[in-house]
Amino acid sequence: MDVLIGQLFTGLSLGSILLLAALGLSLTFGQMGVINMAHGEFIMAGCYTTYVVQKVISSAGVSLLVSLVIGFLVGGALGAALEMGLIRWMYDRPLDTLLVTFGVGLVLQQFARDIFGAPAKNVLAPEWLSGGVTILGAVVPKTRIFILVLAVLAVTVLAVVLKATPLGRRIRAVVQNRGLAETSGVSSRFTDISTFFIGSGLAGVAGVALTLIGSTSPTIGQSYLIDAFLVVVIGGLGQIKGTVIAAFALGLLNSYIEYETTASIAKVVVFVLIVIFLQVRPQGLFTVRTRSLA
Amino acid sequence: MTTLIGRVREHSSLTALGGFAVAAILLFAVAPAVLSDFRLNLLAKFLCFAIVAAGIGLAWGRGGMLTLGQGVFFGIGAYLMAMHLQMADAARLGNDVPEFMEIAGIRELPGFWQPFGSAPVALLAILVLPALVAALLGYGVFKRRVKGAYFAILSQALAAALAILLTGQQALGGFTGLSDFRAFFGFKLSDPVNRQMLFFIAAGTLLVVVALVRQLMHSRYGELLVAVRDQEERVRFLGYDPANIKIVAYVVAAFFAGIAGALFTPIVGIISPADIGVVPSIAFLIGVAIGGRTTLLGPVLGAIGVAWAQTAFSEQFPSGWTYLQGVLFIVVVGFIPAGLAGVWPMLKGLVESRFRRGGSSVPVVVRENAPPEDAVPAGQQVAEEKVESR
Repeated sequence: MDVLIGQLFTGLSLGSILLLAALGLSLTFGQMGVINMAHGEFIMAGCYTTYVVQKVISSAGVSLLVSLVIGFLVGGALGAALEMGLIRWMYDRPLDTLLVTFGVGLVLQQFARDIFGAPAKNVLAPEWLSGGVTILGAVVPKTRIFILVLAVLAVTVLAVVLKATPLGRRIRAVVQNRGLAETSGVSSRFTDISTFFIGSGLAGVAGVALTLIGSTSPTIGQSYLIDAFLVVVIGGLGQIKGTVIAAFALGLLNSYIEYETTASIAKVVVFVLIVIFLQVRPQGLFTVRTRSLA
Repeated sequence: MTTLIGRVREHSSLTALGGFAVAAILLFAVAPAVLSDFRLNLLAKFLCFAIVAAGIGLAWGRGGMLTLGQGVFFGIGAYLMAMHLQMADAARLGNDVPEFMEIAGIRELPGFWQPFGSAPVALLAILVLPALVAALLGYGVFKRRVKGAYFAILSQALAAALAILLTGQQALGGFTGLSDFRAFFGFKLSDPVNRQMLFFIAAGTLLVVVALVRQLMHSRYGELLVAVRDQEERVRFLGYDPANIKIVAYVVAAFFAGIAGALFTPIVGIISPADIGVVPSIAFLIGVAIGGRTTLLGPVLGAIGVAWAQTAFSEQFPSGWTYLQGVLFIVVVGFIPAGLAGVWPMLKGLVESRFRRGGSSVPVVVRENAPPEDAVPAGQQVAEEKVESR
């Protein structure tokens, strides 16, 4: 029983990390149809932001909270720059966008390697996150609980922004009917850039969170990116709900299969399960219903 | 709507024969004469990449399927060949297990190694397994009409999963992979003559592969494949099943990649998860994109060119290559989608559009899901307007 509970929390915390990583993607990929392969490198940028901020502010607690804000801004700035510089020309070629952003990711990765060096860097976790909490007989590290809370918080804020703010209304309008939104006076350019800013900013936040559970290296984003994409694929496009469910489902599934077998076999098993799942629901869990054929 | 390929330009088979003759002379006579053993072996490695690229050109350039996981099939072929060579070496030395296992302390030969001791079984597996995996994935994805973007992500995820799986398998050399092959079907690999023979095998294979792709492109099937890429729904309405058309191209591409991997192993002498993961899988694409993804020879020449550039560049500036690779992806895919093969038509199109009234001044590009210009008059498309369409 203890093992089950332990695995449950491992799954939940993995799920919350995937959720943080996938939230931004579900915005940029789900709402705009852009496959941004540099999203992983935006996560990495968040990690290194934390590292740099901690160099400046020695108090681990303060620097973590400051990093969350700066990480969001750094990720967002990178995303907005990417949108304005490259993606805006390529909205009708999603698959080519994938390769172009992959190229951007390669450049950013090498950039990080040149600045910070290839070896992994460690960030100190603040005092109040050291140790663990005993829940139902299983010891859960506080850092993982913090990430879970952060993920829930991020989802909530994003949902509120999309639902209740003028910007969110514009984003939803542009997603549903670009032409009509434009004729109603919504600046779709501004909306696109904002969407990218928010989505990429969330990647930065995910990066800050990742520093709490492991070391930072130039390729850290890559390892999370594919799983994050799979979350979006399972969750379906255009709705946060799907992303949340898919992230936790994938996290739990991964942790249980890993417990039963090994980490390396789990990856393949999960992949096969995803392909089987797509046989049942090719569009993912939730989709916006359209009358289009594709 | 103009695309790069309205129709395949009708080359006479004489021109093609001439081209093949020139290529054969270059590969079989000139290259061995002018290149040192080391360089010839390098070129053999590049030819392996070119074989993969030819398949990608078919699946991606002609079929519009962005396959980010060719490393999977390349890896299956390469590992199968590596396993056979290891078993053959062990048998010749009279050991129960390959050397690397002894060092790792594995005394018992794992079950899944057993069949690959026999050459016919290993060769058959190399030809069949990659195609089988591709057929399964293709069937699962295309039959259910999963989005093209999802297919790209899934193929990439498979590459990542396989790389992680192999890294975790001590019985397959784990992170370091398999290396130190002594012989290739009885021929000592230390002998330069045999290494040259490997080059000839790779060159011959590449010529055959190019000829096959050419036949496919010029056939009715090739026309259908392009039609599916540009207007999948219309092809469906004409009574074809686009899924089958796509699966065939994907399987053929996987088949080529598997063969290329099997040749790669003895030529390079080592195969490890680092050769087949996510990044190498995508790296296969850059040569295809630069050469011209929709053409016959573009991918092949592009792949050889990029591989050569990478070698030359990495010798000089190791980290510079990653930058260049990234920049190439951005510039070529973003702004020259037709690749080098399309530069001339693009310029010609620009010049012509200057003198044509009402002609589109947009250079020809391959657009995905572009609305057909002649389908319905503008303004009447509202009913089938997609939510995510732009």
